[in-house]
Amino acid sequence: MSALSDNLVTFAILAYLIAMIGHAVEYALGNVRTRVATAAPVRELVGAGGGVVPTPPAPVPSPPTVDRSAGRARLAGLIGVGATAVAAALHLAALVTRGLAADRMPWGNMYEFVLTVTFIGVAAWLVVLWKRQSLRKLGLFLTLVMVLLVATAELVLYVPIVPLVPALNSYWFIIHVSTIVFASGIFLLGVVPAVGFLMRNGYEQGKRSFPYTLAKRLPGAAGLERLTFALHAFAFPIFTFAVIAGAIWAEAAWGRPWGWDPKETWAFISWVVYAGYLHARATPSVKRNVATWIAVLGFLTMLMNLFGVNIFFTGLHSYGGLD
Amino acid sequence: MTVVEDRPETAAPAPRRRPNRLLALLRNSWRQLTSMRTALILLFLLAIAAIPGSVLPQRGISPEKVNEYFVDHPDWAPRLDRIGAFEVFGSVWFSAIYLLLFTSLIGCITPRLRDHVRTLRSRPPAAPKRMARLPQHTVLPAPPGGAAAIAEALRKRRWRVEVRGDEVSAEKGYLKETGNLLFHTSLIAVLIGVALGSWYGWSGNRLLVAGADNAFCNTRQQYAEAKLGPQVDSADLPGFCLRLDDFEARFLASGQPEFFNATVTVDGPDEPTRSADFSVNSPLRLNDASVYLLGHGYAPVIRYTDRFGNSQISDEPFLTTGDMGLTSEGLAAFPDANVDPATGQRAPDLQMAFTGIYLPTAPEQAPFVRSQYPTERNPALNLVAYRGNLGLDAGIPGSVYQLDQRQVRAGKVKEVGTKLLRKGETWKLDDGTTVEFLGTERYVTLSIRHDPGSTMLLVSCGVLLVGLMGSLFGKRRRVFFRVVPADPGEGSPTSGSSLMEVGGLPRTDYPGFADEFTQLVAAVSGAERAGAGADSADRAGVREGAE
Repeated sequence: MSALSDNLVTFAILAYLIAMIGHAVEYALGNVRTRVATAAPVRELVGAGGGVVPTPPAPVPSPPTVDRSAGRARLAGLIGVGATAVAAALHLAALVTRGLAADRMPWGNMYEFVLTVTFIGVAAWLVVLWKRQSLRKLGLFLTLVMVLLVATAELVLYVPIVPLVPALNSYWFIIHVSTIVFASGIFLLGVVPAVGFLMRNGYEQGKRSFPYTLAKRLPGAAGLERLTFALHAFAFPIFTFAVIAGAIWAEAAWGRPWGWDPKETWAFISWVVYAGYLHARATPSVKRNVATWIAVLGFLTMLMNLFGVNIFFTGLHSYGGLD
Repeated sequence: MTVVEDRPETAAPAPRRRPNRLLALLRNSWRQLTSMRTALILLFLLAIAAIPGSVLPQRGISPEKVNEYFVDHPDWAPRLDRIGAFEVFGSVWFSAIYLLLFTSLIGCITPRLRDHVRTLRSRPPAAPKRMARLPQHTVLPAPPGGAAAIAEALRKRRWRVEVRGDEVSAEKGYLKETGNLLFHTSLIAVLIGVALGSWYGWSGNRLLVAGADNAFCNTRQQYAEAKLGPQVDSADLPGFCLRLDDFEARFLASGQPEFFNATVTVDGPDEPTRSADFSVNSPLRLNDASVYLLGHGYAPVIRYTDRFGNSQISDEPFLTTGDMGLTSEGLAAFPDANVDPATGQRAPDLQMAFTGIYLPTAPEQAPFVRSQYPTERNPALNLVAYRGNLGLDAGIPGSVYQLDQRQVRAGKVKEVGTKLLRKGETWKLDDGTTVEFLGTERYVTLSIRHDPGSTMLLVSCGVLLVGLMGSLFGKRRRVFFRVVPADPGEGSPTSGSSLMEVGGLPRTDYPGFADEFTQLVAAVSGAERAGAGADSADRAGVREGAE
């Protein structure tokens, strides 16, 4: 069962890669279409479309070419979405088998934690996508994040299954860790439209240098910003609850609700930064891109808490399983 | 942390007067402090100020690591210490930031609280004259009952409604500001709860070795380290005694712990006598204290028989070194060894001490320095014997777990030999005295605490969450209805009846307001009627109005 779980993770990474390629192809074809559509009379641009059309030497780009290119872009994008869904299913199966093999919730170490957080992120993404299909092009960034994180989990953080240490053997384990995982997954997803917004916003303001040009095919900045806020506003109370649950558990396990253990300190920092984001977002005098930068900063503190604290510091939360 | 959107209209400027400079400065500083910009900056300062607390070792968490840091960085450490870098969360600058932040918070929410109470008691404002300028606007046939029917339909949907003649104003979503204020107020309550805990709380740590002789009673002297809040006196500690009867630990084949359980007998003036079990994650709750199991280990029982044939027994705990196999180090000191029983003459230069490494599961072959498993599968005690003046009589405080190395360096204590003892084995020293390894007792590391602020913390955290949800998901919005006679020239679908002009105003960021408005207006308009025809007319009207 444990080996099955490991294989499923590998397959999930492959599926995320396929999804990423699908989204990337959509991006690329989308660019071709725009160029053809906007600069149709220019002769050499026909060649750009020609890569797609079987008979290149057409004097004038015919409308069906453009349509077919757009159709293919859409198809690639849908393949990306389909592959993401397959990857998410494999990902879930990997978690379930891991949990069955360990006979507990699969959140006992950093490997399992990252695996679960990323699953929550991708599941929430599929929900968002279902509700608003216009956001499909964000999938490229999401699948990129997924490939990076899940592959990091498998290659760097992997540890074999062991039962929980007594300190983790409590029902608070399920309450605290599940909510932390859930909130982290939503924050993880939230950073995708946040970064998308920052690039798209720059693009819409006329910036045409490197990172902004990537945002050419992204949905409108205002929509991305609203999604960013919605995801963060959703995750923040869950994160708050998770931290409070952690404090209640810490009181039972270590005798104090809050002890400035490195993990607690960084959770505090993340909470303060995300609170800052929500305040900045609610203040009209603060520009939306400044507020969004704060959200991105909040995510960096979450990453620091996950990787930095587990690897560089020792504390009571040392369950990473890495030596 | 004022949200500027909701600020009430400023009063008309007061007649010009020569301002008092000091007052003006104070007033401006106060405004500056309570502004959102300052609050945001303070929030970020707080986040940044917390970082050194995780990077540098902290006295409150691991004092031994702070000492290590001093040894490793002799030049940096004192400088860092001077700015409180080893006690970040109690430092002046960290306190300054959060106290300023909370002052700013109070300065911000107090006027908002006043405004909100006023709002809660006031009625929704009159409809604006030109509703077409509101973000949402539409014109529909009015329901037959006119303004009264509209008001009724709105009340059913839990809007606060005010009817003024042919006009109906309604407002909803007061919960947002209520939640927001609740959230911020409960943050203050959290701070007060923490303060209560540190003023009136106390805590102490100690080791407790199994056995009736090692029972401990809750007095300050019995703790290795105790922290009493400023408002707590030693006499205030509740009276109870604990005796460790049994300690059970189970481990996996890898040596990873799986299960711990400590059985103690509790008695004392403030506690009924009883036997109680507790473990990691389920502390022993006493009347005014909780007992937490933090760790465990072995206390080797060592019997030393001196030149006069007198035996003494030491069962001092050996501290675990942190490895999986519970390799432990410790000291068995016999300062009263070799006292002549005939004369009672002490022999300060013939005191004995044994430092040792205890291996619950010793390897088959040397080196005997690392235990292979945490339970006692092959217990062995690697002892080094010392003879001489241990320096315990000098009155200089020293560790009971380590030999005073100053005495060794001064040549006052000399090493006399080293030997590995199995359980029950006896070692005869060069002077004919013997030392015997009798076995071990279990010991547990306990933290005993009382935090009177914890209930307040818990309750305020609960309120905080509720407030936060209201604040994030509540949406304040207003709708206005004005019933006007239908213009006969326009040929409305329900000619002869009247029309209603409707406007909607979201008071907070609310992308879904248009949908809600559409549904609400359709429902109100069709409140008294039913039927597909009326519905489609409504929808057409709404669409027309929305564009």
